[in-house]
Amino acid sequence: MFDNADAILLARIQFAFTVSFHFLFPAFTIGLASFLAVLNGLWLWTKDHKYLDLFRYWVKIFALAFAMGVVSGIVMSYQFGTNWSAFSDKAGPVIGAPMAYEVLSAFFLEAGFLGIMLFGRDRVGPTLHMIACAAVAGGTAMSAFWILSVNSWMHTPAGFEIDAVTGQFLPTDFWQVIFNPSFPYRLMHTVTAAYLTTAFIVGGVAALHLLRHRHRRDKVSPATRTMFSMAMWMAAIFAPVQIVLGDFHGINTLEHQPAKVMAMEGHFESHEAGAPLYLFGIPNQDEQRLDYAIGIPKLSSLILKHDLNAPLAGLDTIPREDQPPVAIVFWSFRIMVALGFAMLGIGVWSLWARWRGMLFDSPMLHRAALAMAPSGLIAVLAGWVTTEVGRQPFTVYGYLRTADSAAPLDAAAVGASLIAFIIVYFAVFGAGTYYILRLMGRAPSSNEPRLKDVTNSPTRTAGTTPAQQHPQAGE
Amino acid sequence: MPIAEGVSFDLTVIWAFIIAFAVLVYVVLDGFDLGLGMLFAVEPEGEDRDIMMNSVAPVWDGNETWLVLGGGGLFAAFPLAYALILPALYAPIMAMLLALIFRGVAFEFRWRTKRWRPVWDVAFIGGSAVAALAQGITLGGLLQGIDVDKVAREYSGGWWDWLTPFTLMVGVAVMVGYALLGATWLVMKTSGPLQERMRKRAWVLGVGTVIFMGVVSLWTPFLQDGYYSRWFGGWNIVLAAGVGAAVLALAFGMFTTLVVRHHDYWPFLCALGMFILGFAGLGFSMFPYIVPVEVTIWEAAAPRNSQIFMLVGAAVLIPVILAYTAYSYWVFRGKMDPNEGYH
Ligand code: HDD
Ligand code: HEM
Ligand code: HEM
Repeated sequence: MFDNADAILLARIQFAFTVSFHFLFPAFTIGLASFLAVLNGLWLWTKDHKYLDLFRYWVKIFALAFAMGVVSGIVMSYQFGTNWSAFSDKAGPVIGAPMAYEVLSAFFLEAGFLGIMLFGRDRVGPTLHMIACAAVAGGTAMSAFWILSVNSWMHTPAGFEIDAVTGQFLPTDFWQVIFNPSFPYRLMHTVTAAYLTTAFIVGGVAALHLLRHRHRRDKVSPATRTMFSMAMWMAAIFAPVQIVLGDFHGINTLEHQPAKVMAMEGHFESHEAGAPLYLFGIPNQDEQRLDYAIGIPKLSSLILKHDLNAPLAGLDTIPREDQPPVAIVFWSFRIMVALGFAMLGIGVWSLWARWRGMLFDSPMLHRAALAMAPSGLIAVLAGWVTTEVGRQPFTVYGYLRTADSAAPLDAAAVGASLIAFIIVYFAVFGAGTYYILRLMGRAPSSNEPRLKDVTNSPTRTAGTTPAQQHPQAGE
Repeated sequence: MPIAEGVSFDLTVIWAFIIAFAVLVYVVLDGFDLGLGMLFAVEPEGEDRDIMMNSVAPVWDGNETWLVLGGGGLFAAFPLAYALILPALYAPIMAMLLALIFRGVAFEFRWRTKRWRPVWDVAFIGGSAVAALAQGITLGGLLQGIDVDKVAREYSGGWWDWLTPFTLMVGVAVMVGYALLGATWLVMKTSGPLQERMRKRAWVLGVGTVIFMGVVSLWTPFLQDGYYSRWFGGWNIVLAAGVGAAVLALAFGMFTTLVVRHHDYWPFLCALGMFILGFAGLGFSMFPYIVPVEVTIWEAAAPRNSQIFMLVGAAVLIPVILAYTAYSYWVFRGKMDPNEGYH
């Protein structure tokens, strides 16, 4: 009924599905953890109550998103073995160690201090509570460091040799394994992406509440204004940084994985003197050409080689069986880049509004910011699809093919678990997203209830009673 | 190079102990909060359920991280074993992962809605129960042995090999044992009528746990010849008898502190002791196999330089982790105050 190719395809779909879902949560929580640590620090430093209100507002959302990140992550750490056991056996000696370091140095740190961050302010006092917030934020960053190192190694493997008998990758130099050629770029680009993701979500929520009260300015709390302002600073600073980092990332990829860049650019043909930048086109991989191409002459060479007339090789130099699926890479890359420039647009617009003193009084800007709220999440997924699909048909680039990575799978078993994952993820994470959106739909009040007040026993109902409790600080 | 070989021998054994330690810590820590989840089923909705959940809310994530260390550590230190065991136990592992999703999100979701709270309570109960059952089946499946194609380095059995009376029995045994840990944890953390109910439940569950431990111990040696000769060959029978006696002594201690002396935390500590002994017994059966009885720890081990690189991190970080985990438990020590929901 099924053959092994079907099983592998199902396993790939399953991996792509579960990791995409997983990454949505870290993309948000890496930034949010840092934002919360900053808010807590500002509260302790300035004693301005609006920072505490903001902390309390976002920490509830953080708790939900973090829980979803954790449970979806646990799935990932077992999926390598269940579905990709050949890969695990071969690559384990190299990437197992950095992944173990991730657990030891990052996951425990986050999990160990999360309880204190969420529930412990009264019990441990402000200093230790601040340390707990910083530990959680540091843990998320550390987590990104290790997992991205592992992932980058799969794109640009280094520091290993291959065992002639077992076919295993054996580490020869862990420094080279960890700091493999694409890792620095990927780390910076992805962490910046996480900050932008958070900035646009925070900015979008603030914009929503600014818009709601656009005729009653006095009803807008100082906390709402502050979060809009903070988010727009982040957008203005990090959107251009991200574009520059993306450019460097791409140039580095051109060196190590040229086929991926050819697919991103839609260059089926080689160019002797100056390759065009295709803005649009329909990749036709069977015929090996880009249909309906619209391009700007020589611009691609300028971007990638910093020289208008530099030659660029195309996919005609890559054997068909080693080419990635071009259309997916081509389009996902364009989605990411378009969103990157849209973010830059918001950043610049906000600077202009700020300079005119209109930051809180430009409904058009607020509408745009609201529309851009999910842009980071979309860009992040598009970026990962570009990266991962562009690596095909390899899992360890140049050394181990995806087809040789899979477990001795049974298509029925993979298919059944895939269906189960799809149903459970949409139901559970759908509900979680709904709860998050509902929390976001309520503006931060100037006496924001604590996590434990709003959620405590049935006598105190969720989301109501803003005024009666919490006279003073304390989480 | 006898010295170098001696060193690598030691490293592999050390790593086997580290992984075993991670799994043990996972079993006792997440054991009590999965057990607590199952006990939700027999508590009426209302304040007591809130108290129960709040007693683990600040620590459950840390508890579960030991599972990630167990899996991640196996991947890192014994990649071949990871690659053989996970496909062999595909169904129970997938079931466990899905179950852990439900019970993990329930911690946050149930406070976010009134109307749907019963639904998330069911998710919490069901997730805890299925996770415990699946973990027991996984353990049983490992103990009964896995078919391996050593040349291709892959699992060569079928997709339902894990399903036998033995594995199902171990699955139920783990559920009962976890529920015992959960009940004694609650005896320690609560007061009043809830605590009294938990004392009674712990008593029943304690009896069940002792019986199941006996059944597993008597059944396991007959699964594989290796286990039999290990336990009943030569002087080991004395050791086996000693372990059995120690378990019974701890069980006795638990029952007296529970119902006669009305002690709060001794029952939990005795239950932990029973688990530790049982776990040591299982380790003794399996050693030096990591995939009984096909692959030894040395055959599955990662190369020496990986082991060393990771050992540096583990030696520094595991004590630090234990320290701040202990600190976190200390911060949230004492009886639950019904008026101070953590949430
Ligand atoms: C907010 C998210 C975000 C935004 C606005 C951008 N990116 Fe990006 N991009 C990512 C988030 C991201 C990512 C999710 O972080 C990826 C996936 C894997 C990686 O390394 O980073 C990525 C990958 C990625 C790659 C693939 C590298 C490889 O696989 O070797 C390139 C070439 C770029 N990006 C370039 C850009 C450019 C030129 C951008 C701006 C116009 C841009 N990205 C905006
Ligand atoms: C978190 C964001 C990520 C996303 C959205 C993502 C997405 C994807 C997608 C779409 C594929 C399928 C490619 C194809 O089959 O054509 C894939 C494959 C894969 N990715 Fe990623 N990935 C992410 C991160 C990672 C990380 C961090 C790792 C490793 C540590 C990783 C390891 C793999 C492996 C092993 C495969 C093999 C399966 C395959 O190639 O089909 N991915 N990923
Ligand atoms: C295939 C690849 C991946 C695997 C196997 C994986 C594994 C895990 C696991 C097991 C957890 C739960 C940790 C706990 O128990 O506390 C987790 C959470 C987390 N992961 Fe992943 N992960 C992957 C991809 C990524 C990527 C690409 C990033 C970031 C760049 C990332 C960042 C995080 C963070 C920050 C958390 C904490 C929870 C949260 O913030 O939502 N992970 N991951």
